[in-house]
Amino acid sequence: MVDEAGRNLRPLTLHVPEPKYRPGDTVSFDDMVFPAAGSVARPPVDADPSSLRDLPYTLIRVLDPNGQAVGEWNPRLPADRVIRILRGMMLTRIYDDRMFRAQRQGKTSFYMKCTGEEAVAVAAAEALDRDDMCFPSYRQQGLLIARDWSLVDMMCQVYSNGGDRLKGRQLPIMYSAKDAGFFSVSGNLGTQYPQAVGWAMASAAKGDTRIAASWVGEGTTAEGDFHAACTFASVFRAPVILNIVNNQWAISSFAGFAGGESTTFAARGLGYGIAALRVDGNDPLAVYAATEWAAERARTNSGATLIEHFTYRVEAHSTSDDPSAYRSSEDALQFPLGDPIERLKTHLIAIGEWDEDRHEALKAELTAGVREAGREAEKLGVLSGTAFNHGFETIFEDVFETMPAHLKEQSDWMAEERRVAGV
Amino acid sequence: MTRMNMIQAINSAMDVAMDRDPDVLVMGEDVGYFGGVFRATAGLQKKYGKTRCFDAPINECGIIGVAVGMAAYGLKPVPEIQFADYIYPGMDQLISEAARLRYRSGGEFTCPITVRTPFGGGIFGGQTHSQSPEGIFTHVSGLKTVVPSNPYDAKGLLIAAIEDPDPVLFFEPKRIYNGPFDGHYDRPVSPWSKHDSSEVPEAYYTVPLGKAAIVRAGEAVTVLCYGTMVHVALGVVAEAGVDAEVIDLRTLVPLDIDTIVASVEKTGRCMIVHEATRTSGFGAELSAQVQERCFHHLEAPIERVTGWDTPYPHSLEWAYFPGPVRLGQALRRVLKD
Repeated sequence: MVDEAGRNLRPLTLHVPEPKYRPGDTVSFDDMVFPAAGSVARPPVDADPSSLRDLPYTLIRVLDPNGQAVGEWNPRLPADRVIRILRGMMLTRIYDDRMFRAQRQGKTSFYMKCTGEEAVAVAAAEALDRDDMCFPSYRQQGLLIARDWSLVDMMCQVYSNGGDRLKGRQLPIMYSAKDAGFFSVSGNLGTQYPQAVGWAMASAAKGDTRIAASWVGEGTTAEGDFHAACTFASVFRAPVILNIVNNQWAISSFAGFAGGESTTFAARGLGYGIAALRVDGNDPLAVYAATEWAAERARTNSGATLIEHFTYRVEAHSTSDDPSAYRSSEDALQFPLGDPIERLKTHLIAIGEWDEDRHEALKAELTAGVREAGREAEKLGVLSGTAFNHGFETIFEDVFETMPAHLKEQSDWMAEERRVAGV
Repeated sequence: MTRMNMIQAINSAMDVAMDRDPDVLVMGEDVGYFGGVFRATAGLQKKYGKTRCFDAPINECGIIGVAVGMAAYGLKPVPEIQFADYIYPGMDQLISEAARLRYRSGGEFTCPITVRTPFGGGIFGGQTHSQSPEGIFTHVSGLKTVVPSNPYDAKGLLIAAIEDPDPVLFFEPKRIYNGPFDGHYDRPVSPWSKHDSSEVPEAYYTVPLGKAAIVRAGEAVTVLCYGTMVHVALGVVAEAGVDAEVIDLRTLVPLDIDTIVASVEKTGRCMIVHEATRTSGFGAELSAQVQERCFHHLEAPIERVTGWDTPYPHSLEWAYFPGPVRLGQALRRVLKD
């Protein structure tokens, strides 16, 4: 191209990322090569970040193809704790299935499943202390379940019903459970990340012993909040674990639109001087081990850790989404890291601590429990356009601690409006 | 002419604009291959290629900031913010940059971008998918703010916005994407295809920015509204049998004050309706201007009908939404004596 100055220069081109497979394509992940389970060394938890520069580019894995737990990252958990993780993941999936069906039956407006990503929340919760503070995104319901939170309470939130402690104000699944160390979920992406850093900084400033952990999807690493969090976490060596759940898809945008074509998401930590690990997110023992390492690092004042959990969003983004419009239906089936529940089950069977009968019995027990919880929750109402499950005055409560005069006035106006409306 | 709903009309506007001008470009979260979560950009990537319609990383500051830079180069970007509730990370780029670029550079750099964003409630979206933040932007000097209320206007206004030499916020009332909702949440909504304003030319046309539309002429009271509320107001006026003059503002900034003043001087009464929160809402500006210019013609206090000064609740959204009862009460008050 000859420009105005007469120079013959090659025209620039704009790179726009494109996923490898679209609807109808035959999928092969053969080019995804992962290091063998057990092959990554486990550094001391107080290692200087500069000595950890290879970790963001590998993949920490504990479970080998035969279901054996191998290598330095093997957390060597007693069988009862491994079974607890299995149970938490199974319960999360059964809960998700029920609430998804409830949405399809018109009992609520919206739902989001975490199918395939159960380990990321459940195994992490198991590795944290019960009083560590979690700042989740909208897909870590497994944290609440792993912390034995009431399913009825969760369901009431999803139904916005009379039992909903949040008074029907929040979109379904945007739980808040302070007593479970679970921060109020926001619908805006990534806002919880700097908040987790701030909570951790406060804990450090007060000489407390508790740490914080947060979760975002890989798509959200593009938000400014992510980078604000990393900067503060690095500068103040905040006792925080910053998790990136790389489930490959942000609604219809594949990980390439968050920068995944050029590097790993764990490698984001390098530029900030934060320790960063990259983990097989469908390997519950690897998730546990990485979280345990990061928690110990935080607790010993060695600073923050960024953990990328490499996993796959098996289901739609939400009940409002249809992934068949933008990704191949073979994607989920071909994803090479398998299913976290199946992998942990195989492990437990391989070490002689589990069998098919016990697995089926547990599944039946959990399904019955979820069904029972569902019945109890639905007694308190479900969401519909004409069901007002909370007093109208609740709209004006909690805007401020003390209601100012203008809100009292508006509350009175609404009472009159409701009287006229007869509803 | 063909029948279009709001989404199809908005899609057609971008199609026409991109076809006429190779410098028009569309970007935003999920707008490329998928065509947007509301399908507003469906087919554009296929037709115009990936460098003219593409997905953006999830970063609203980046989406708007990059659009400002592209405009500085000479393009006419049409960024989409997936929900108006997500626009806040982009505020600095909009308020400090896009809105002032022409002013601070003495006209050397300009910012002809059109930020499209769905807004408003009535879809059980909770507080992060229901807000009406238009008043935040009308308060900023240097931004134009447009809100269509039907498919014909949506297409014509969007093309005009894209062609406008300055930054425009284009708020799309998502509750009426598929049909003109009259506020009766317990009744079915008739689709756009049954309404005249869904007759939309497939070709190029514009509806000028800064011109309101009198959607119902009348003598008894002037009703000022925009977006979804146009249909709620029309429904209420019809049910009450009141000879109201209903004005669809269409553009909030610049405001068509002449049409408003002429109407209020005729009717002597004024009711202002918006879904957004009340305090410092755009209704306050309207009320002030009507009072300043029409004081001696007013026969009753100006009525403002709005959403409450609270976050948008999920399950009680119909008690938040300014529906027929709230409008009806205000209409009776403004018509008293």
